Amino acid sequence: MKNILFIFRKQLKDSLKNKAILIQFIMHPLIAAVMTLSVHIENMPENFFVYLFSPMYITMAPIVSMSSIIAEEKEKNTLRVLLMSNVKSYEYFIGIGGYIFLICMLGAAVFCVLGKFAGIEILYFMGIMAVGILTSIVIGGTIGTASKNQILNTSITMPVMLVLSFVPMLSQFNDVINNAGRVLYSQQIFNLINHTSTLDFKCESIIIIVVNILISAILFAVLYRKSKFA
Amino acid sequence: MKVIETFNISKQYRNTTVLDKINLEAGKGEIVGVLGPSGAGKTTLINILTGQIRADSGDAYILETSCVNLDCKIYSKIGIMMDSFGLYERLSVYENLKFYSQIFRISSNRIEYVLNKTGLYGARKTLVQNLSKGMKARLNLARAFLKEAELLFLDEPTSGLDPQTAQHIHGLIEEEKQKGTTVFLTTHNMHEAEKLCDNIALLCDGKIVEYGNPQKICSKYNYMNVIDITLKNGEKISLPNSPKSSDKIKQLVESESIKSIHSSEPNLENVFLLLTGKVLKQ
Ligand SMILES: Nc1ncnc2c1ncn2[C@@H]1O[C@H](COP(=O)(O)OP(=O)(O)OP(=O)(O)O)[C@@H](O)[C@H]1O
Ligand SMILES: [Mg+2]
Repeated sequence: MKNILFIFRKQLKDSLKNKAILIQFIMHPLIAAVMTLSVHIENMPENFFVYLFSPMYITMAPIVSMSSIIAEEKEKNTLRVLLMSNVKSYEYFIGIGGYIFLICMLGAAVFCVLGKFAGIEILYFMGIMAVGILTSIVIGGTIGTASKNQILNTSITMPVMLVLSFVPMLSQFNDVINNAGRVLYSQQIFNLINHTSTLDFKCESIIIIVVNILISAILFAVLYRKSKFA
Repeated sequence: MKVIETFNISKQYRNTTVLDKINLEAGKGEIVGVLGPSGAGKTTLINILTGQIRADSGDAYILETSCVNLDCKIYSKIGIMMDSFGLYERLSVYENLKFYSQIFRISSNRIEYVLNKTGLYGARKTLVQNLSKGMKARLNLARAFLKEAELLFLDEPTSGLDPQTAQHIHGLIEEEKQKGTTVFLTTHNMHEAEKLCDNIALLCDGKIVEYGNPQKICSKYNYMNVIDITLKNGEKISLPNSPKSSDKIKQLVESESIKSIHSSEPNLENVFLLLTGKVLKQ
């Protein structure tokens, strides 16, 4: 239990000096803030930029940061050193994942403020963001575990991230993509978030998200067993 | 039971045999060294003993546990210094050691001690990414010494270090031995092996060509013993240390032409050269 805290703190110190990761955490909330405050077009839907950038944020930031942190620790052999100390692998993943979760929830809070949500809307919005971030962390962990080094990691992360974050947007304009994209948690999150003001909540979405989490968790477990030290 | 024991461990990569039927053992408080040139298989052997890779055949045990199922309990008793550093580049020297001391559950007093011993105290606030290669090696070593381990694995602990720091490190290793720690180290420096090790294995191309106490190995090959003579006219002669040479020496002594005379015993380097035809890198 203590190890999780130590790893969390180490990661906090480390990430503050890691520009590539820092940018991931602040890019989307920052762009959304700037756009919301400065761009005013007639007939623009309410909270347009919040609804556009927050789903993108939760598919990009946790996946990129989680996978690149793990891939770097594998490349630099620090993960190996930890696992040969009395750190259990789940403690490591919870430490790093927990860190990313908290930082991303701060980012989600920024969106929440920008959207001027109130009462139950806050709960709804933050709850959905939390579920999305968690799923992305598991996916990021899977990719990080599967890649031997950072270069390999980037080449897997990029396409996965692009599919997850752009399919939901393209779905709005194309029925074929919309139908295919339904199986992705990111599209379900996108739809749920876009219904924050109406609190329109579909059971189907939750089922699809849970299935997404399960699949990535199983993949993660299998890959982890295979590549423990490599 | 021994602290380290291996029975015929072999390892192949593709078609090349990297380790060939290695048998080794180390008792409590012993320092065992593996001496061999680059590519001999030293790191591979440590990787197997520390459970990072598996041998293709044979059995290896450390602390009475098979090396294929080492767990946290065993890992908490061993200190490891590998040739790849495994350090957090964006954290300082001190922050790295602080983090590991937390993970190892060691009081932070010990950090200052190992910083001083490895000559890193002055650089404790430097970020690891700004350290020289030798300093990274020392930090890597400092981390291995942070734990008061029962068993230490050190992969070339002094390679690339200046003689003075190497001396400090030797002191640290000997101190650990006094405390009863078993040390397994690899090196291609025969002086280091001779000075520190109770037993050494001469490893070449994955095979142990000789194993035992360094002094005993040297005296075993005593027939290589030679007598070096420098004459007053500057000429140098080497003669085998055997009755065959007595006439020649007698003649030189009678003609009062000898400036200096001494015998040179075989050292590990000569023995290695004799057994493998290869030179150890210095
Ligand atoms: N993962 C691997 N795949 C293929 N070959 C390998 C692998 N690891 C090691 N080898 C080979 O095994 C041999 C022994 O390597 P090892 O790293 O154990 O040597 P070493 O004695 O530690 O050398 P050095 O003194 O340079 O560190 C080398 O020929 C190396 O090429
Ligand atoms: Mg090596």
